[in-house]
Amino acid sequence: MSIFINASSKVIVQGMTGSEGTKHTRRMLASGTKVVGGVTPGKGGQVVDIEGTSLPVFNTVAEAIAATGANVSVVFVPPKFAKAAVIDAIDAKMPLVVVITEGIPVHDSAYFYAYSLQQGTTQIIGPNCPGLISPEQSNVGIIPADITKRGPIGLVSKSGTLTYQMMYELRDIGFSTAVGIGGDPVIGTTHIDCLRAFQDDPETTAIVMIGEIGGDAEERAAAFIAEYVTKPVVGYVAGFTAPEGKTMGHAGAIVSGSSGTAQAKKDALEAAGVKVGQTPSETAQLMRDILGR
Amino acid sequence: MDLYEYQARDLFEKHSVPVLQGAVATTPEQARDAAAKMGSKVVVKAQVKVGGRGKAGGVKLAVDAADTFEKASAILGMDIKGHTVNKVMIAQAAPIADEYYVSILLDRSNRTFLVMASVAGGMDIEEVAHTAPEKLAKVPVSAVDGISLAKAKEIVAQAKFPADVADQVADVLVKLWETFQSEDATLVEVNPLVKTEDGRVVALDGKVTLDDNADFRQPDHEALVDHATANALEAAAKEKGLNYVKLDNGQVGIIGNGAGLVMSTLDVVAYAGEKFGGMRPANFLDIGGGASAQVMADGLSIILGDPDVKSVFVNVFGGITACDAVANGIVQALELLGPKATKPIVVRLDGNNVLEGRAILNAANHPLVEQAETMDGAASRAAELAAK
Repeated sequence: MSIFINASSKVIVQGMTGSEGTKHTRRMLASGTKVVGGVTPGKGGQVVDIEGTSLPVFNTVAEAIAATGANVSVVFVPPKFAKAAVIDAIDAKMPLVVVITEGIPVHDSAYFYAYSLQQGTTQIIGPNCPGLISPEQSNVGIIPADITKRGPIGLVSKSGTLTYQMMYELRDIGFSTAVGIGGDPVIGTTHIDCLRAFQDDPETTAIVMIGEIGGDAEERAAAFIAEYVTKPVVGYVAGFTAPEGKTMGHAGAIVSGSSGTAQAKKDALEAAGVKVGQTPSETAQLMRDILGR
Repeated sequence: MDLYEYQARDLFEKHSVPVLQGAVATTPEQARDAAAKMGSKVVVKAQVKVGGRGKAGGVKLAVDAADTFEKASAILGMDIKGHTVNKVMIAQAAPIADEYYVSILLDRSNRTFLVMASVAGGMDIEEVAHTAPEKLAKVPVSAVDGISLAKAKEIVAQAKFPADVADQVADVLVKLWETFQSEDATLVEVNPLVKTEDGRVVALDGKVTLDDNADFRQPDHEALVDHATANALEAAAKEKGLNYVKLDNGQVGIIGNGAGLVMSTLDVVAYAGEKFGGMRPANFLDIGGGASAQVMADGLSIILGDPDVKSVFVNVFGGITACDAVANGIVQALELLGPKATKPIVVRLDGNNVLEGRAILNAANHPLVEQAETMDGAASRAAELAAK
């Protein structure tokens, strides 16, 4: 088992014919993901050959689902067109839409998130995220597949490179699923959604949660852990040295006043029984101590 | 990007939100002329992007043009919480009967937009929210539905606006939504929204924050950027398209890939620096996914140009980026920089093609560069070198 994606996930790539889309389709195929087609409005009917696989291109997500039975879409469409692409996927009732695109205006992401709630048939991950991987089963997005193997740890993180770093630190143990939920102010899937799924996933025996400054998602996650999660959780929070009022790359990572500080998040997690490491390596060590490996 | 009050006023006017006459001035002469044109009492208001200017003496009433000259002379050049006043707004003065508060903002916690409205405006709204939460109506607004007139009336009723201003306030809310949405704002705040003695509802002071991600469809926003107040290093970095933030009281320059990893690097350096007399990170710099030689050279040259920096820590985890490309970037950057590179550089590479990357740096054998195997070890070494 794993969460959100597994060996039978059928994936379409929105924006597959663009350079990023093509590059990452190749990587996803190479890591064993069942990519079954792509969507680019106006290019329907074309066939693209990637990694020795012939992939049909469709004009809409609905057509792609009808022809391929896809149940996951990954979006590499540039910011300007991302809103239309995600709405197309929601209208087609695509169950899972993973939005990799960075730099989407927040009015657009707030709109497609609100729209997904109204329709009630689509879960969005991202935007501005690296996607997710269930090693040796499926890899949707841009997470390198060769860092680690399948194993018992579940990982949820706002940050891409910190996800990779943590997977690398614990590469000998392996992961059920690692989810990069993205660093934007409005994201479709939260820490809590992932924690719930990991708690309910029999393959996952322990969870790493990586947070960063800004917002109150980590504080909410801490409250959720105290109430619902019985599996061991270790945490890491980035941004102790970040100054107030400055944006550090992730649009969401901005401290305003006393709210959203790294210290407040660490305190909240520790109060919920989560062991929080001072560095990524220390956090990995805490996980090793728990698993006895 | 946060706007100045006068810029917010102009945006409000553009979207038909009722405002009073206002003009911006950078000299006392301009201020005097603006007041003369308005021909009424005016308020001279310091333009700074920080709260508490009234208490600091940055807002003064002027009875005529000559008085405006005096008041503007006193306010221009003033320091308000570390912000120098370079501009004042000359605003028409109006007799005020009542002060309210309205705002539309992004509510991150609930992943939706939110309207806040109160009849107890003019004072610190956080104080109102804290001591008398019943006086602050908070109404979620769906990004799909927005604020229709019906929705606006619902908000007005919930905030208990008096009947004589209810329709006007509802109209203001609809127009503020239009401002919020069409300008790609993440915050539109009016405090105070006033009722004048002759019964008009007017936005007297405003705060607007715009979403930089929407710049591609907001060509007018470029003109709102205040280049004068930007840090010189930050301005240089922005010109190169680098994601750089200068930090105070730091000695270790930081370059990394990915916002989360770089933020983490700052923390790990500050943590390791405690053992070396309190060495701290001097900047945030994320070179992103494709770390080409040119990007690395641009980044290194910005950081080496910072007089506060005593050592540099390059921390890269190769996910999509290959470490050999990063290593080549460092070697070529040092060639490009030549004698301008004078500070020790600790490099930690891991991930994709790490062995090739490390071999390239070993072969180049540059006297300033040393490698470390782990992030914690590299941070410690960089802090140690900075303390020397």
